[in-house]
Amino acid sequence: MNNLKKGKNIKLLQGNEACAEGALLAGVRFFAGYPITPSSEIAENMARELPKIGGKFIQMEDEIASMAAVIGASIAGLKSLTATSGPGMCLKQENLGFAIINEIPCVVVNAQRGGPSTGLPTKPSQGDMMQARWGTHGDHPIIALAPSTVHEILTLTIKAFNFSEKYRTPVILLLDEVIAHMREKVEIPALEDIEVINRKKPTVPPEEYLPFKPDEDGVPPMANFGEGYRYHITGLIHNYKGLPTSNSQEIDAFIRRLYNKIQKNAKDIIMNEKYFLDDAKIALIAYGSVARAAERTVKLAREEGLKVGLLKLLTIWPFCFEEVNKLAQQVDLIIVPEMNLGQMVLEIERAAQGKCRVVPYNRVDGELINPIEILGKIREEIKK
Amino acid sequence: MKERIEMCLSGSGGQGLILAGIILAEAAGIYDGKEAVQTQSYGPEARGGASRSEVVISNGAIDYPKVIKSDILLALTQTACDKYVKNLNKDGILVADSTLVTEVPNISNKIYLFPIAETAQKKFGTKLVTNIISLGIIVGLTEVVSQEAIQKAVCSRVPVKAKEVNEKALLLGFDIAKDLKVKNKKSGNKIN
Repeated sequence: MNNLKKGKNIKLLQGNEACAEGALLAGVRFFAGYPITPSSEIAENMARELPKIGGKFIQMEDEIASMAAVIGASIAGLKSLTATSGPGMCLKQENLGFAIINEIPCVVVNAQRGGPSTGLPTKPSQGDMMQARWGTHGDHPIIALAPSTVHEILTLTIKAFNFSEKYRTPVILLLDEVIAHMREKVEIPALEDIEVINRKKPTVPPEEYLPFKPDEDGVPPMANFGEGYRYHITGLIHNYKGLPTSNSQEIDAFIRRLYNKIQKNAKDIIMNEKYFLDDAKIALIAYGSVARAAERTVKLAREEGLKVGLLKLLTIWPFCFEEVNKLAQQVDLIIVPEMNLGQMVLEIERAAQGKCRVVPYNRVDGELINPIEILGKIREEIKK
Repeated sequence: MKERIEMCLSGSGGQGLILAGIILAEAAGIYDGKEAVQTQSYGPEARGGASRSEVVISNGAIDYPKVIKSDILLALTQTACDKYVKNLNKDGILVADSTLVTEVPNISNKIYLFPIAETAQKKFGTKLVTNIISLGIIVGLTEVVSQEAIQKAVCSRVPVKAKEVNEKALLLGFDIAKDLKVKNKKSGNKIN
């Protein structure tokens, strides 16, 4: 290893800047978007960096068109990114569905702010967790990741692209205003030190290519437009050729394959971290910036002799059902702090299957939940 | 130094508090080699409205990234002072602009008052460097980061054409801090 490689690249980076750094490392060469707080710095950084490396940045007329442009660029073979916040995320839903049904890899960042509507432009929220899952209509799979540090924003952006390329699917990266705007010391990894996954290409000649015929892993190889493989893309349920079908067997097989290519690979996709859970009798389950508060709460609670641990979710969707189910058998109480009125707590209750008490702790005033109030909630609940 | 130092830089939008926070975090994180996190809170207005920048500095990893109880509070408006002084640690210090914060809170903490914005206008012909003079005062008083680190961080974060004036503003802040320290020894808590 030469000295240049040994030299660490450490910077004070904003969360949004780290997202752009991660995207560039993952090989992103296209960004289309429309600026919106608290995500705009992602667009600003991509606008500055992409032209230097032969990539393209387009500011579109709105978020609908941005999502369409990202889909087009990805079909043409470029790894593509867009970034927005709640109001823009609403507009992207229609084309997000189009990307899902046509299995087009791309990453959509939602730096969450208070909602509904224009809501609280400069304040944090975790109000879009269920929108990430069910925002676009129909039975569909989705992958959504939620980092809680600036370093995790960088690494999970790379992961998001890897999952999107591996499984031919859009991936949503859920930030919140706190971590999107937060600056933290980050070591930027060298390209040779990270894993970058690229989409599977067809191995057959164009005349034999069936664009939606899956391999054994449920994922069809993807030919880029413009490389001699002509095929049809439609928002309608389609057959192996990509043509609309009304054959009920084909329809059923298509929807189930689409769903299962994510669900059956959930083990590969689900990531979480455990703090002091081994002997815990009380578990906190948290994600995003709130997980930082919860981590602190665990330390404060342990100082008081309370056996509290934390399960920090990095993958939100698919949900870590089995992990939570197991945890519910171990602990007496699960507390779920969220900057919403209780969204992931519903999924956690479902996974706990009544094996322990599940209690929400919610804040929706535009301020980050702090460790002391979670500790207060623990004290209050153990008296019950 | 304490394991974890929490700072709250507060005032109104346009006073450069967010940049000041970034510079402090960069001084600690990059040039002093500690861990540092900077967060911010502001309204939708381009100027005016409440604005605050929070910096946490630690020798170890930082979990909760925001201020729980501030060890150092900078207040550049009366509203900010009234709001955040409640969250000041019992041995924390308050640095306030004496022309902008006229009603000084009745607390037992060390309070350092100085007409920062007015001095910026008088010495440099612009209030734009109020934030950097404030940084000089804070670092001079507390050594929360090294003087060398804050100098490097200021130079790396301000626009090239404004480097000289900002460096001078920082050095002026160091000098003001020296005077404030001397006065502090003579007159107890409230320093004008």
